[in-house]
Amino acid sequence: MTVDRDSFSPLQRALHWLLAIMVLAMLFIGVTMVSTLKPRFLTLIAIHKPLGIAILVLALLRLGVRWKRGAPPLPGDLPSIQAVAAKLSHAVLYALLIAMPLIGWGMLSAGGYPIVLFGSFHLPRILPQDDQLYAALRTAHIVLAYMFFATILLHVAAALFHALIRRDGVFHAIAWRRIRG
Amino acid sequence: MSEQQSATRQIPLSSSAVLLRFFLIGGVIFAGALAFAYAGGWLTPQRLTPARMVAALSDRGGNPLGHRRNHSKGVCFTGTFNANGAISRFSVAPMFAAGRYAVVGRLAIAVGNPDALDLTGRVKSMAIRISTPDGQEWRSGMNNSPVFVVSNPRDFYELTRAQDVDPATGKPDPAAAKRFFATHPQSAPFAQWAQTADWTASWADQDYNSLNAFRFIDADGNNHLVRWSMKATIPPTSVAHDALAKMGPNFLEHDLNARLAQGPLTWHLIVTIAAAEDPSNDATKAWPSRRQEVDAGTLIVENAEAEADGPCRDINYDPTILPLGIAVSDDPLLPARSAAYARSFDLRTAESANYPRAASHAGERR
Repeated sequence: MTVDRDSFSPLQRALHWLLAIMVLAMLFIGVTMVSTLKPRFLTLIAIHKPLGIAILVLALLRLGVRWKRGAPPLPGDLPSIQAVAAKLSHAVLYALLIAMPLIGWGMLSAGGYPIVLFGSFHLPRILPQDDQLYAALRTAHIVLAYMFFATILLHVAAALFHALIRRDGVFHAIAWRRIRG
Repeated sequence: MSEQQSATRQIPLSSSAVLLRFFLIGGVIFAGALAFAYAGGWLTPQRLTPARMVAALSDRGGNPLGHRRNHSKGVCFTGTFNANGAISRFSVAPMFAAGRYAVVGRLAIAVGNPDALDLTGRVKSMAIRISTPDGQEWRSGMNNSPVFVVSNPRDFYELTRAQDVDPATGKPDPAAAKRFFATHPQSAPFAQWAQTADWTASWADQDYNSLNAFRFIDADGNNHLVRWSMKATIPPTSVAHDALAKMGPNFLEHDLNARLAQGPLTWHLIVTIAAAEDPSNDATKAWPSRRQEVDAGTLIVENAEAEADGPCRDINYDPTILPLGIAVSDDPLLPARSAAYARSFDLRTAESANYPRAASHAGERR
């Protein structure tokens, strides 16, 4: 197998698409569960917590891999404003990947809730019980979730712009495909 | 296609093809946003959401800002649950193993106005949180009525709307509640209780019932459908409703403090094991009285504290917060309670400036 420096590594691509599915599921679960009184509320909230922690673990792994392996360069002819937007949006996405689960965890801690992942397995509280802290984190969790979804829409639009209109190899660098060697 | 080809040597797109592709991208983004909006209920305003339910609960007089949106007037208590171990064969819940476990609870009346007169509290309630050293919790909210008034969240919403205060008169429309009960025959057992049960001037002489069914899970993984009650150890003292009116706005809290000054109050946790034909999903129906009952232990209430700065204030008594060994049944009220309590908790924690924590003493805060 040749090392392809124009592309993300297979591990990076696998982590990207796995997290893409998990985060989209997470956002849809979140927005659905807070707007329903039906039995699915309990099912969704039972998925939301362990899925959030799984995202946190994978996002930290992904950040570590990115740190070590880096990213392929953007095309040289990309307008600088687009290059800046790309780098900024990626930084925002990484920040949200890590911040959202931590805010959720902190929010449940400050709300005095047990943080049950499955069965009797629960996480420790990472913040003291405090109603004002809870309220602030709850608001942050909502606002950042909408921001997360909006950033993902922008990210998808940009990806499709690269894939369908510029056709400059940027999408190909992260695309899910067989490894050639 | 190899990596090299994808990055170079493209056949240029015609301007109409570029336009088409921009539309395609726009369509994908629009569809994504639309799906998200649908999931969040913004496209279906008739959906009964926690926000709508809690808004209806918040509109029953007084100023509920900073307070629970139902059972809005209450006091905190602390004590212990003294488990005798007898129910352990039905559930592996750690607080059922013989021993003593810390309890933070709340006694309340089922009103929407935190300044309501105690005599308006037809339904009295007890909430408990029992914690075990391994970090597990059992939270339960129980009422003194033998059955719940409705079996599903939609009916609860309609009943709540029927109790909403009309801004013109400052009171709910009495015909609205009558209409509700006339059109909801399943609410008759509750209505019968509400009309005929004795009034008392105390929280201490009441039994508090889980109403919803739950599942206990034993060490072999078997499920047992159950309901439970905190049974008072003091016989109820009937007081005429007219006499309650002369007892002041906060007689329940005064009574509780007076009793606790004499010593702890106790209740027995009685677990009822369902028979095969007993409904798991209808809290308006009582189970027949001749079911197996197990006395699981004694709740000992030692101290009461005003809610404003008391230990129960910031606890959401969500009845679906359960230890291993207790699980929800298919009763549709349970997920609705969980979702609505969470909404109420989110609101009141954000409004805490409206409910000062200033140290207060029983009966002196109004």
